Order: sequence, then C-alpha cells, then structure tokens
Amino acid sequence: MDFLNALVALANFVIVPGLAYGAQLAIGALGVTLIYGILRFSNFAHGDTMAFGTAMTIKFTGLLLALGITFGPLPTALLALPFGIAATCLLVLFIDWLVYQFYRDQKASPVILVIVSMGVMFVMNGVVRFAIGVQDIRFADGERFIITARDFKTMTGLDEGLAIKTTQAITVVVAVVVVALLFWFLNKTRTGKSMRAFSDNEDLALLSGINPDKVVKVTWILVAALATTAGVLYGLDKSFKAFTYFQLLLPIFASAIVGGLGSPLGAIAGGFVIAFSEVTITYAWKKVLVYLMPSNLEPDALVQLLSTDYKFAVSFAILIVVLLFKPTGLFKGQSV
Amino acid sequence: MSDPFLIGEAMTGGYGKGPDILHGCTIAAEKGEIAVIVGPNGAGKSTAMKAIFGMLNVNSGAVRLDGEDITKLTPQQRVVKGMGFVPQTANIFTSMTVEENLEMGAFIRRDDFRDTMTQVYDLFPILKEKRNQPAGELSGGQRQQVAVGRALMTKPKVLMLDEPTAGVSPIVMDELFDRIIEVARTGIPILMVEQNARQALEIADKAYVLVQGRNAHTGTGKELLANPEVRRSFLGG
Amino acid sequence: MNPALKNSLLFGFVGLLIIGTGMVQGWNSALLIVNMGLISAIMALGVNLQWGFAGLFNIGIMGFVALGGLATVVVAMPPVGEAWSAGGLRVILGLMMGAGTVIAAVFAQKRLKGRRRTLVTIAILIVGFFIFRAVFDGGVNAIEAVNPASTGYLGGLNFGAQMRAPSDLPQPDLFILLSWPVGGLFAAGAAWIIGKTALGLRSDYLAIATLGIAEIIIAVMKNEDWLARGVKNVIGLPRPVPYEVTLQQDPSFVERAAGLGLDPVTASTLYTKLGYAVLFTIVLLILLWLAQKALNSPWGRMMRAIRDNEVAAEAMGKDVTARHLQIFILGSAICGIAGAMMTTLDGQLTPGTYQPLRFTFLIWVMVIVGGSGNNFGAVLGGFLVWWLWVEVEPIGLGLMNLLSSGLEDGSALKLGMIESAAHMRLLTMGVVLLLVLRFSPRGLIPER
Repeated sequence: MDFLNALVALANFVIVPGLAYGAQLAIGALGVTLIYGILRFSNFAHGDTMAFGTAMTIKFTGLLLALGITFGPLPTALLALPFGIAATCLLVLFIDWLVYQFYRDQKASPVILVIVSMGVMFVMNGVVRFAIGVQDIRFADGERFIITARDFKTMTGLDEGLAIKTTQAITVVVAVVVVALLFWFLNKTRTGKSMRAFSDNEDLALLSGINPDKVVKVTWILVAALATTAGVLYGLDKSFKAFTYFQLLLPIFASAIVGGLGSPLGAIAGGFVIAFSEVTITYAWKKVLVYLMPSNLEPDALVQLLSTDYKFAVSFAILIVVLLFKPTGLFKGQSV
Repeated sequence: MSDPFLIGEAMTGGYGKGPDILHGCTIAAEKGEIAVIVGPNGAGKSTAMKAIFGMLNVNSGAVRLDGEDITKLTPQQRVVKGMGFVPQTANIFTSMTVEENLEMGAFIRRDDFRDTMTQVYDLFPILKEKRNQPAGELSGGQRQQVAVGRALMTKPKVLMLDEPTAGVSPIVMDELFDRIIEVARTGIPILMVEQNARQALEIADKAYVLVQGRNAHTGTGKELLANPEVRRSFLGG
Repeated sequence: MNPALKNSLLFGFVGLLIIGTGMVQGWNSALLIVNMGLISAIMALGVNLQWGFAGLFNIGIMGFVALGGLATVVVAMPPVGEAWSAGGLRVILGLMMGAGTVIAAVFAQKRLKGRRRTLVTIAILIVGFFIFRAVFDGGVNAIEAVNPASTGYLGGLNFGAQMRAPSDLPQPDLFILLSWPVGGLFAAGAAWIIGKTALGLRSDYLAIATLGIAEIIIAVMKNEDWLARGVKNVIGLPRPVPYEVTLQQDPSFVERAAGLGLDPVTASTLYTKLGYAVLFTIVLLILLWLAQKALNSPWGRMMRAIRDNEVAAEAMGKDVTARHLQIFILGSAICGIAGAMMTTLDGQLTPGTYQPLRFTFLIWVMVIVGGSGNNFGAVLGGFLVWWLWVEVEPIGLGLMNLLSSGLEDGSALKLGMIESAAHMRLLTMGVVLLLVLRFSPRGLIPER
C-alpha cells in the first residue's frame, strides 16, 4: 500500500506534469530544429513567435466566446488554434519576405542571421505587447480536471490523490497527433522529403531541381503551426505572459541542442529529457520518500535537490554536459 | 560536319570576378560515347566541366546541347533540359535512404518514375539490396553508385561525372568503370573528369587533355595512350 | 565628407539630443540620460571587445552586469556581525566543500578511464552534493534568520562604515569605488569558468551557453538571500558623491546655488548627478583609451586576424582558444565594472530588475548600431540607443496624443492608442536594429 501511495505521489507530482511540460518543450524545440535544419540559424525570435501565436489564439478564443461558441468540456482555445496558426503563418511569412530573404540571397553567415533574429525578437515582443499587453492571462475554460485528487482517493482508497488536468491530457494527445503528422509529412510526402533533402545537402537539392523558396515557405508555415501549438498548450496548462514565453527560449534551445540540432526525433527526446530533469531535480521528494522509508528514517527536510527557481540551471547544466561530451546531441544532429 | 550532341565550344571564363581559368577550351560528347577530360593538377579539368554545366561564368564561347544554345541557363535549368551532373564531393543525401536519394533525383519529374528506378536497380544491384538504408552508411564505392543512380533518375540526355573514382580503392574503381561503361551502352553520352588518366583513357571513346585551361591534345582514348608526348607528360612513360 | 568630420557630427548630434532633452524635460532628466549613457557606453565597449575584435557571440552580458552589482554589496555594505557568527563560517565551509567536490570530479575525469571514470565521477558528485547541502543549508538558515526584515545576509566588507559615528546627515563614502574593479574581477572570474567550458563551441552554442549562464547568475542572486538578500533587495548602498540632503543643509552650497539663480533642491540634485557624471566619464575615458591602445597594438591586430580567418591564424601558430579566453575575460570584466557603476548610481541592488532584453540585447543593439569593431562607434551607440530607449515612450506618447487629439476623450481607440505608447520601446529597438543591419550593416562609425 505504501508503495502504491509512493507511486501515485510520484505520478501526480513528477510524471504527469513532466509529460505535459516535456510535450510542450518538444513541440517548441521541433520548430527551432526545423529552422536550424532548413534555414541554418538559431532563431532567437522563436519564444516570441510562440507568444504571438498564443496571443492571436487568445484573441480568437475571445471572439468565439463572444459569439457563444464553446468546445463543451474542452477549452475553446483549441477551436481557435487554427485561426491563431493562420495569423502566425501570415506574420512569419511576411517577416521572412521583409527581413530574412535579403540575407538568404546574400548568403549571409549564420551568426548574422542570429543577430537579425534578435531584431525580429524585439519587434515581435513589441507587437505582442501592443496586441495583448504584458499581464498574466488565463484562457483555459471547460472542465478543469479529468480526474481530481479527491475522486481518485475515493475511487482507489489510497491516501495519495492523482489529479490529471484536462490541459495536461490535451497537451499529450495534441503532441502525439502533431508529432505523428509532422513525421508523416517529412518522411512520406514529396514536399517533406524535399525539405529533408534541402536540410541534408543544399547544393545537391538545388541540382535536383528542388525549389528553395518553396522549401523555405513550407518550413515557416510548419514552424508557425508548431510554435503556436506549443505556445497555446503551455498557456492552457499554466498561463500566458509575454515575458514567460521569451524565457522559454532557454529550455527549448536546450531541448533542441541536447537532442541534436536539425534532428526532429532528437528535439522530441530532448524536450522530455529537459522537462523530466527540471521536474525531478526541483521536486521535493519528501512526499514520495515518507512512504518508502522506514518511519525512523523518514526525512524531515523537503529533500529538494534544488529550489524551483533553479530550473534554468538544470536545463543549462544538461546542455553543457551534452555539448562537452557529445556535441552533436543524443541523436546525431548537424554540427557546422 | 554536324554539331556533336553536347559541346562546350571555345569556352573562356573563371569563377566570379576572378581571373580566367579556361582559355578557348572546347569539350564535346557524342551519343553513345564516353568522353573523358584528363590533365595535370590545376589544368582546369573540373572547371571545364562546371563551365559546361553552368556553374561558372563563361565570358566567351558557347555551350550547346542537342543543337540548342544553353549558355545562359542556370544549372537547374540545364538539369531540366536533360543534363545529369554528379559532383565530386557531397553528391548524395547522407541522412536519407538510398531509395529516397533516387526519388530526390527524380524530383523534377511529375510522371511515374518507377521504371527508371527499376532500371537503376538493375544497373546497380547492390543499391536494391540496401535501398532502405541511409546512404551515409554505405561504403565509398556504393555511395558513388547512389550518386550516379540519383543523376540517372531524371533520364538525362547526357551524364557528367566529376572524378567519380576519387578516393576509392583500385578494385572499386575498376567496378565503377565497368558500371559507367554499362550506362554508356544504354545510349547515354558520358562526359567524365578523371584523375586516373591511364584507366580513363582505356575506356574513353574520346579524350581531351587540358593544360592550363587550354586543349593540349584531343583524340580517341587509344590514340592518346599511344601518343608519346602524352605518355611522357602524364602517364609516367 | 571625411570620417573624422562625420564622426564629430554624429557625436555632436547625440550631444544636441541630450541638450534638447535638458531644455524640454529639465536638466535632471538630461543628466540621468548622460549618466546611464556613460554606463551603457562602457558596457558596449566591453561587448565590442568580444564581438568587434574577436567575433565572440556573448549574450550573457546581463549576468556579468549583475555580478558587478553584487560586488557593490559585497564590498561597500557594512558586515552583519551577528549573521557572520550565526552561520558565516559554516556557509563558507559548505561552499568550499562544493568547490572541492567539483575539483575532485574534474580530477577524476582527468585521471581515470572508461566506465570506472564515469562511475567514480558520478559518485563523487552525488556524495559531494549531499555533504555540501548538509553543511551549507544549516549555515544559510542561521544567517537568514538574523533579523530578516533588515539584514538576513552576511553584509559586505565595509568595516569602516560601522566604526564611523552615526551622524544626522549621510556622508559620501568613497569605499564603494573599490567595488568597481572588484565587480570587474567577479565578472572576469565567471567569464574564466564559462570560457574554459564553452569557448570551444561554435558561435550559436556559445550564445546559448552564455544566455543560460546569465539566467543562472540572476537565479542565484534572487534566491541566495544570505548573499545579498535576494529579491528582498539591498537598499541604501553608500554613495561616492555628496548626498542631496547634506548639500541642502550646507549654507555655503545654498549660497553658491543662489548665486547661480538655482533653488537649493534643484542645485543639489544636479550637483550629485554631475558628480557621478565626472566619475563615470573618467572611467569611460580610461577604458576607451585602453581599448584604442589594444585595438592598434599587435595584440589587437592578431585578434582581428583570428576573427577574420581562424583556420589561417591557427596554422600560423596562434593559440586561438587562449586568445579568445583572454578577450572574453577582458570584455566581461568591463561589463562587470559597468554593472558595479550602475548599481552604485542606483544606490540599491534589485536582482528582480535584471532582464535580458534590457541588459543583454539592448547592449547588442548599441554595439551593432554604433559600429562593431570600432570603439568610438560602441560609445556613440551606447549614448544614442540609451537616449532612444528613454525617450521613445514620451515621444510615442506625444505622438499618440497628437494623433488622437481629434478623437473624443475617453473613447476606446484613444485610450488604446495612448496606452500603446508604453510598448513602443521594444518595437523601436527592433526596428532600429533591423534597419541598421539592412542598410548600414557596419554601423554608424564602421571599423577602419
């Protein structure tokens, strides 16, 4: 019984939140890794792209609610998501046309593109603030829980409860669907394969008659969709705040690099590695350990390895270790 | 005399705004023939081939394919016109499977290319065996076969190979030459730059010796092999 | 137009902007911009050293600036004796154990081989971590329990501050000037550790690594209350220049102010700010002189040669990694000095206010706009972009007021337009950066 209680406590505080957070990071990292693979630079504006997509989705959610449309027990934001994605697509394609294309034609070095993306980051940050302000916004509606801790306790008779938020379940389901779609697209369709070819060997891809402009456009559309989805899932699960999204850049980059930049599979693995490390290292293990240890050995402290505020330090430490010992990441990514 | 099938005539040019590397150089290939370009290091062999493929500026002279002037076309447009080009390095998509490499070779075709793929597999049986393996995991000789196969997927009217045997062992080199002869027998003219002059001349129907961007000797492979001057200067006696 | 004339005109233009600000918004505002402009220029000099000279892509400037700020507390605040006796030694012992663990792990990495190496390293790290926490946590708790509302930290090393008799009027304490070089040292130390691990990485990995380090430094400063009170902030840092209240009580000062036709309050605030401006200008001039010397020395030429062609420089026998480490430390130290100066100017350390957009990316805008690779460009960019950063909001507000003047008071559109002026800053910075990158990629004063 104690063992089961420990397991449930672990699931409740570590596994479920870790899965949800990992899925959010993974989708974010997929966007970063696609840009790196195709456009060959680290996009510092990615966090703000996520913020923009989420802000647009929140706006459309408000519109739908004003029209009296809801999604029953599910958050209305899911209905608004396609509109948010469309708006973000338009924005990133516009920015690519206005800003990035010039440097591509010039064959500018990647570091210049990174600095350019810093400029885009500022602009997008400003645009998001114009659009929706800087305050904390919660936009999840519908049922809050699939199962509450109390229900779980009465159902199983255990001392520990397991709560699963609707948003957590949605995150995981949507992530699975998104990843499956993306991999189907990249591995089975002609356009997807041409993107992989372009990422692998640009000159040969051009020789084979692959149209670089189309590849770039499709990439931006995918990135907009991924970024918006990641942003909306994160916002539903926690809350939306422009500045928080900017800060997500670090764990997202860590995920992409740990997995291997340019490798979609790696981005997903990296997302979960980073998420679970952050959660386990900053979790107070006392709750689990009291069930497992004999009572005379029960810990009296929280048994928290690091305070929650150090979660960045965790993703960063993993990043450094991977960079030093396996610079191409867990899944062989590109290392230019 | 009618024009050869592919001809780069009196080409003069160089990379970007740099100095001219080619000086009135003429290279041609006829249907069903293997033409090779040989010469000492820095003679402009690869440059001549790239000039024919449109990868550098040709300041004077012309390139014609099947009687059509293609001097002003980009490499991509030349691919559409029916030129297949196998670069010397980075000539495969390493992270993609062998089959996907061939599919990418056929990217410009919107018709059904399964027949062509079967032909390529018949020509290179080892590729069929390894078709679901990432091309980057293959051996050097097998990679070159993928590269040639990829170029064949467009059903090119002419195939151009830039040093296909660079960096492979002598045994593999012989096998590659055998395959190239087989490709030529299917009727596709082949233009090839080669470092291994003797072996290349042995299989060549037509051969060009370039020295400092100029045509030094031209003839059939046998003629050049027999030419004492060519023997003395490139073939080591 | 010859470059010297053009550069003078550019600096003259920035001078006019500041004078204009003084005439419109008052001289106090103008002097504030000058003071922060001076500090920004120093930060930009540091970043220019790394990026312009050596092509190192450091986006962890915020961390080095914050370390400089930390130095002011560590140097210039009076020590909290009670806290020291409660847990000071224990914390230091804990930190030493932590450092020992890391050193032992590095040693094990170097000496052992294969699977054993991994296992031993992991074992050392795990055991060391728990010992460290056991010792360290107790000390921290004891320190933070000491009068948490006003201290709860170890305080600094300014023993003199305690001994002075408490007088009614605050007096300047030049001891805080010592924290400026110490801030540089702190930043240099951190840069050494980062450089040792991350400098071999390619540019965007180094960027991510520095971005991460900066976040961690801020996280430490926010959480380790025993060190500098964390988000509870340290206020009332000593100042190197006279206090306004003290000046206002000084009859001779009031008399002189009256002679200039100024009321004592205005005169005292201006006097204090001018004092800072003089100090900062001295530092900027020294650093600028050194940076110019360095740029035109064989060392500077070698740096630029490495930047332009690393492979060739390496082939010529230059130790690229060592040179990069050198310049990374120097540039970071300059940012640390600037950080200490800024905290001195603020008179308080507030870790919650350090944000990468303001302290890292804005400095980058300064360097790029001013002209990377040119020290004068960096200085110009520092002043110009800082002026813009401060003035965008009032200008935007004025613009919005003007544009919406025809609209009915209280209408949603009018309110929205006026409100949006507050968000103009980041947008403007981005647009300026993008425009300069596109149309004048070498900046206003390009590298010679």
